[in-house]
Amino acid sequence: MIEIDIRLARAGGFALECGFAVPGSGVTALFGRSGAGKTTVIQAVAGVVRPDAGRIAVKGEVFFDSARGIDVPIEARRTGYVFQDARLFPHLSVESNLRYGERRSRAVERPVRFEAVVELLGIGPLLTRRPHTLSGGERQRVAIGRALLAQPRLLLMDEPLAALDEARKAEILPYLERLRDETRLPILYVSHSIDEVLRLADTLVALREGRQVAAGPVAQVMSQPAMLPVLGRFDLGTLLECVVSRHDPAYALSSLAFAGGELRVPQVARAVGEKVRARVRARDVAIARTRPEDVSVSNLLPAVVEEVRLREGPYADIMLRVGEARLASMVTRESVERLALSPGLVVWAMIKSVAVDSRNPEFTEPPQRHGA
Amino acid sequence: MLTPEEWTAVALSLKVAFWATFWSLPLAVLTAWVLARASFPGKGLLDGLVYLPLVLPKVVVGYLLLLTLGARGFIGQYLDAWFGIKLIFTTAGATVAAAVVSFPLTVNAIRLALEAVDRGLETAARTLGASRLDVFFSVTLPLMLPGILSGALLAIASALGEFGATITFVSNVEGQTRTIPLAIYSATHVPDGDAMALRLTLVSVVLALGSLLLAGLVDRRIRRMIGRA
Repeated sequence: MIEIDIRLARAGGFALECGFAVPGSGVTALFGRSGAGKTTVIQAVAGVVRPDAGRIAVKGEVFFDSARGIDVPIEARRTGYVFQDARLFPHLSVESNLRYGERRSRAVERPVRFEAVVELLGIGPLLTRRPHTLSGGERQRVAIGRALLAQPRLLLMDEPLAALDEARKAEILPYLERLRDETRLPILYVSHSIDEVLRLADTLVALREGRQVAAGPVAQVMSQPAMLPVLGRFDLGTLLECVVSRHDPAYALSSLAFAGGELRVPQVARAVGEKVRARVRARDVAIARTRPEDVSVSNLLPAVVEEVRLREGPYADIMLRVGEARLASMVTRESVERLALSPGLVVWAMIKSVAVDSRNPEFTEPPQRHGA
Repeated sequence: MLTPEEWTAVALSLKVAFWATFWSLPLAVLTAWVLARASFPGKGLLDGLVYLPLVLPKVVVGYLLLLTLGARGFIGQYLDAWFGIKLIFTTAGATVAAAVVSFPLTVNAIRLALEAVDRGLETAARTLGASRLDVFFSVTLPLMLPGILSGALLAIASALGEFGATITFVSNVEGQTRTIPLAIYSATHVPDGDAMALRLTLVSVVLALGSLLLAGLVDRRIRRMIGRA
């Protein structure tokens, strides 16, 4: 368990207040726009920033407790902090950088081994180099390795990909996935990119202007209307946990089974039976009262309107139930009126596009948007 | 080429400059750190005190040294009585004078280097398990190295040229306190001293130029070493 419950106020009006408890394993994304306070949260966990009040505990180890006067110094917390700008020591070689934390770490039960980290991150050929000769992506991989070798209790990653271009991001993401899948370290991952969050995270904590908006399993949080101001209207959507059910090589399509039926998507590079995540944005879900016949949309699912929420401006948020799953849709208020959408109404959901996010460590391409 | 008397002055100058720098360097690093990083009441006053020798007439600095560290000075008398340390008319005294005068230059160079150190790197080191002291020696100090070395070379150069404070504090004693500048001064006061003054002037120019070239060389080396090239 990672328990965080902190409050702090800064000169200049910024105030942070958040409290959540997330599992002591897997990736927890701290998501929000810049200035939302994401980084401040992990700085507080690392001990770099001191909250005015509250409590921080990681796996039963109390780092900070204002009520009991506990404030463990940074170096004794053993948090592996990966900074956005890598922060490799310029006067040391890559190997000495990697060993810096390792040399200062205390004996732990199952230490992370140097060779294993070098192999995991593919940094063997870089060991004798100096940091200023590395590319941005290489630097970030070394920084991750350095944090891992300090034998941390958890990893804190502060937008490790934000300073990189798309090609470099695609280079690092598979390593982060391996990290998630092959180490048992809990990871707090700060990001403002929903694609990264969906690809990596199990748990999501959303922040907006220093306030916690939502927290919970990614799929559950993503479709909450409370996420609207965080995601922006056009990114609100549903995350569906799917299993590859069959491939159709003749058309180069795959079928994904989920709690509400089946989705047809362009062939995914995964074996039948493997898990994938499909993301359906609300704006890509259209609604019909009767089953449309002559349409190109191949994902047509019977649904029941569960909730209709009219917004200011032209749009309305509709929550649909498809079998056991829920699906968020966004249509105009005019359409709501024209179709007389109200809770309980049986409709057809037309899904125009599905994004499939690979959760496979060997899969090295960036997540792809598939028209369906 | 040089007379024995001139060699004595050159050797004494180098000796005084070396030891003055050697002893003042750790204190200069500490002072620079305090001025750059610490905050406490009276910091402005300390700041002023450190830079005072730079702006005061050197003769005044020498006279103040005489008042404090001289044989009857309020510190000097105990130095003599308790430790048997005599500064007046001695090389040790000349070293003190040179150290005091060059101190502000050294502190300034080191302070600039310290302020240029990315504090984010220090934070990173602490998250990796290093204590504050450990961080200072393993990250901050190595990154300050170019500044410390250029500070040291500045100190040596300024100690080599020290005149006013030395002659006021420890007088002009051959073999004890008569460094190159004092020897030149003496030479200009005796008949036929011109040749000697000229030779020592040449030595001064060579030493100054040499230390400047050395400073540039060392600086480039270190910058390459710590990856700032």
